[in-house]
Amino acid sequence: MKLRLTLFGLGICGLVALYGTVIAHMPGPGKMHSPYSRAINKLCVPQRHVTDAVTAVNFDYRGFDTLGEEFILFASVMGTLVLLREAAENKGPLSGDSASEPRNVRPTEAVRVTALALVGPTVVFGVYVVTHGQLTPGGGFQGGVVLATAPLLVYLADDFKTFKRITSHALIEISEAVGGGMYAVIGAIALVLSRPYMTNVLPLAQSGGIASGGIIPLISIATGLEVAAGFVLLLYAFLQKTLAERESS
Amino acid sequence: MFLWPPLPVVLPLFTAAFVAAAGPYLPRKLVDAITLGTAAAVMAVCCLLTLQSSGSAIVYWFGAWVPYGHFPIGVAFVIDPMGAGMAAFVAFLVMAAFTFSWQYFDDVRTLYHSLMLIFLAAMCGMCLTGDIFNMFVWFELMSAAGVALCGYHADETGPLQGAINFSVMNTLGAFLSLSGVAMLYSRTGALNFAGIEVALQRQEHLGVFLPIVFIFVIAGFLVKSAAFPFHFWLDDAHAVAPTPVCILFSGVMVELGLFAAARVYYSVFAIALLPWLPALRTLFLAVGATSAIVGGLMAFGQRHLKRLLAFSTISHMGVMILGFALFTSTGLAGTALYVLGHGLVKGALFVGAGILLNRFQSVDEFALQNVGRQMPKTAIIFILGAVGLAGMPPFATYFGEAAIEHSGTQAGLPWISIVIMLSGFLTAGAVLRVAGRVFFGWGEKPTGESRAPRIDLKREMQGQKSKTPPTMWLPAAVMLIIAIALGWFTPLRQAILRDATWFRNTRGYVAAVLHGSAGGPGQYHVPVPHAMPGMHIGGVWMPDMWREVITLALAALLAAIALFPYAIGRRAGTALRHGAALAMRPLHAIHSGKIGDYVAWFTVGIAALAGYLALRR
Amino acid sequence: MTTYAYVVAAWLFAIGLFGIVTSKNLVHMCLCLTVVQASTYLLLTGVGYRPGGTAPIFVNLPAGAPIVDPVVQALMLTDIVVETTVVALMLALTVQIHKKTGNCDPNATTALQG
Repeated sequence: MKLRLTLFGLGICGLVALYGTVIAHMPGPGKMHSPYSRAINKLCVPQRHVTDAVTAVNFDYRGFDTLGEEFILFASVMGTLVLLREAAENKGPLSGDSASEPRNVRPTEAVRVTALALVGPTVVFGVYVVTHGQLTPGGGFQGGVVLATAPLLVYLADDFKTFKRITSHALIEISEAVGGGMYAVIGAIALVLSRPYMTNVLPLAQSGGIASGGIIPLISIATGLEVAAGFVLLLYAFLQKTLAERESS
Repeated sequence: MFLWPPLPVVLPLFTAAFVAAAGPYLPRKLVDAITLGTAAAVMAVCCLLTLQSSGSAIVYWFGAWVPYGHFPIGVAFVIDPMGAGMAAFVAFLVMAAFTFSWQYFDDVRTLYHSLMLIFLAAMCGMCLTGDIFNMFVWFELMSAAGVALCGYHADETGPLQGAINFSVMNTLGAFLSLSGVAMLYSRTGALNFAGIEVALQRQEHLGVFLPIVFIFVIAGFLVKSAAFPFHFWLDDAHAVAPTPVCILFSGVMVELGLFAAARVYYSVFAIALLPWLPALRTLFLAVGATSAIVGGLMAFGQRHLKRLLAFSTISHMGVMILGFALFTSTGLAGTALYVLGHGLVKGALFVGAGILLNRFQSVDEFALQNVGRQMPKTAIIFILGAVGLAGMPPFATYFGEAAIEHSGTQAGLPWISIVIMLSGFLTAGAVLRVAGRVFFGWGEKPTGESRAPRIDLKREMQGQKSKTPPTMWLPAAVMLIIAIALGWFTPLRQAILRDATWFRNTRGYVAAVLHGSAGGPGQYHVPVPHAMPGMHIGGVWMPDMWREVITLALAALLAAIALFPYAIGRRAGTALRHGAALAMRPLHAIHSGKIGDYVAWFTVGIAALAGYLALRR
Repeated sequence: MTTYAYVVAAWLFAIGLFGIVTSKNLVHMCLCLTVVQASTYLLLTGVGYRPGGTAPIFVNLPAGAPIVDPVVQALMLTDIVVETTVVALMLALTVQIHKKTGNCDPNATTALQG
């Protein structure tokens, strides 16, 4: 431990000094030279009919990054399921007799009412965010996470049994995979028309309209599906594991 | 032309999603066949791309976002023969791993297949991309899939800790890389390799900014390539990962770290960092030599078979880093050949370890003593593997070593040959020692002082299999045969030298990306490469091979001494054992298995590398 | 303004590393890792900052208004997803380690020594 701290002390002093040197060489405010952002800001409305430049970058100009990013989420959900699987095997399906679920504190009425009242608006808001990414800040990632909180609210209001009932496990897993696969397929449509991967093949429509941006809303929906299902799966895996542990102890 | 370039990444990703969704409803054999077929298809596409891009590069703009007034606004794949060839090799090893794991891991449906395919896609993306942030994305995808695969046997403690160490180190490295990318962006406003290169040419007063940022950017890749002192996670991860995953970890994932560092250097920094070239050379030579020797010593000091092989990978990575550190075409070509040879040989050795694990539920050298008498195939795998590690012709490792040594001697650094010999000597000696003990029953029984094996691994296969199925040893045999065949294949060596020359051609790269047409191979001439050492002499044999013969002979001697220490006299033997144990103690101590220590080493390492460059103006 | 953000980014990176090195609990360590990551968020958005700049949403924007860099913001979004996933994986590992060994101390784990 002492050796570790000595080493770290030496290293971090050096690292901070180097980091500081780099900062000193970075341009100050207003002197930034970024042809990239100038090009994107100039092009995204005329070329793509998209008013949110961040979405244009994420889902189109650098959409290929986002494909990888989506699969990072996919891989880690798969990985979490693999890592946490053991409890599920040993315990069998936890849902069976959840009457004995070790939930010591029933949620109070206030929590139940508030959480349930929030479920509907959350879903609506999530869908709104997913489908309006091309117009305002938002898109599949943000909206997907919002959507995934809806089942969590149900869990807060009731218990894990209800959470499981409203999120059919097989269906959620398939949705996640479909979301991931759909992104790959939407990109591949262009290949059939002998254009490069992820080229827009749909009409761009009027900027500012919900159908604007060609394939961007579609990709956004695929991402939203993937993210929402992925996070529900994560919640499911961790909740199940935690409850199983609590039960066994 | 519009079809092929994205396929190595998109196809496995799509299949991964498909297998994850439909896998539970399909027969197991069909899933195995689909995944193996996908890997084969990826390999075929990559081979095609290697041939098509020969002598230049295919530039592929996703979404058809060609540069806007010579400024890249989209993400590009820049496919040159080195990258595509590496991707083909990745796909080949994935095929070998899938064959080995045919009907393997029955317990978790098809998640294993999905994760392996995602791993494949990420590695191909690393090989082909021409964009620094895109590379970061594939790097992270590779880590996410890798960590999950590493902790696959999650009902044991070892794999969990190995996966945690793997995850923390790689993530930290990636964060520093990302910080470096942001810093670079602040000066250049570009993310495409060629775009950054051009912007750096226009910048003035960069000062020490550039070398420091270079080290930051490649920090993640250095961690991945297991360069000393960033290598600690690797032996932990390998010791516990399932065998087919180990084949990929050792065979290509680690090498991709070096590949990425080399790609970033040659396509972005090479010209701008020219004043620092001597300092960079010193730095990487030191890192490579240290990795080679530390890895070799630690490998010899192991009794856990997979961990032994993992340390041997660290040692051989050191050799590859030496090849890169020469900053010559011949050195780089040698490294590329060495990557092929080492990946195949090491893959075969891991398969051998996997066979033992499957039969005897152990990878502890002492527990396995004398159990392998009836296993001639596995014994041959181990012995040939040791010969390959020592770099004997006609293994491809030999030609890699020869090229690196040749280039080193030309650069006035003959000591490189000695380091390479040491690496081969120690690692081959360790493998021969294991072979002698396991397959011939040689050696003293461990005395009371020896500790019990610390990492217990369950057998990986389902069901009782008293015989080793051919799907297990066949991949090893094929890999060894190819490792030998590659050595005989002179045109390959010629092609690699030409491709390495192109790889180093920063101006050609930038011109191809920014001024070439989208999708078509650019017309950029490559300087004619000079001949590769050993090429003209009948293809294989060359006078220099005495080094490798001596290495192998010494390795055999080392193994014999380690097996029979008392043959040289009881007192001398005891003294030798105690002396060796004492000398190895500090080395063992720093490989503590504790993530806090590793992060401290990481901090010091980065500070030392970047600090050295910053001070060597 | 921007320089200040950079300094905070450097501070977060260093303190996060310190947390990981001295951590006595794996959950704490995961959170320290997110602190290091927060440094990259700050650095990226700091790089994209323009004095007086508005968000890159092109609705009723006055002509010639300074606009912050959308590219780094997109990168940061990717970065956030990466963080979530890494933390999810590491927490899953932590849960299992706790189950196996009964504690979460990264220093107590010695299965991989030597």
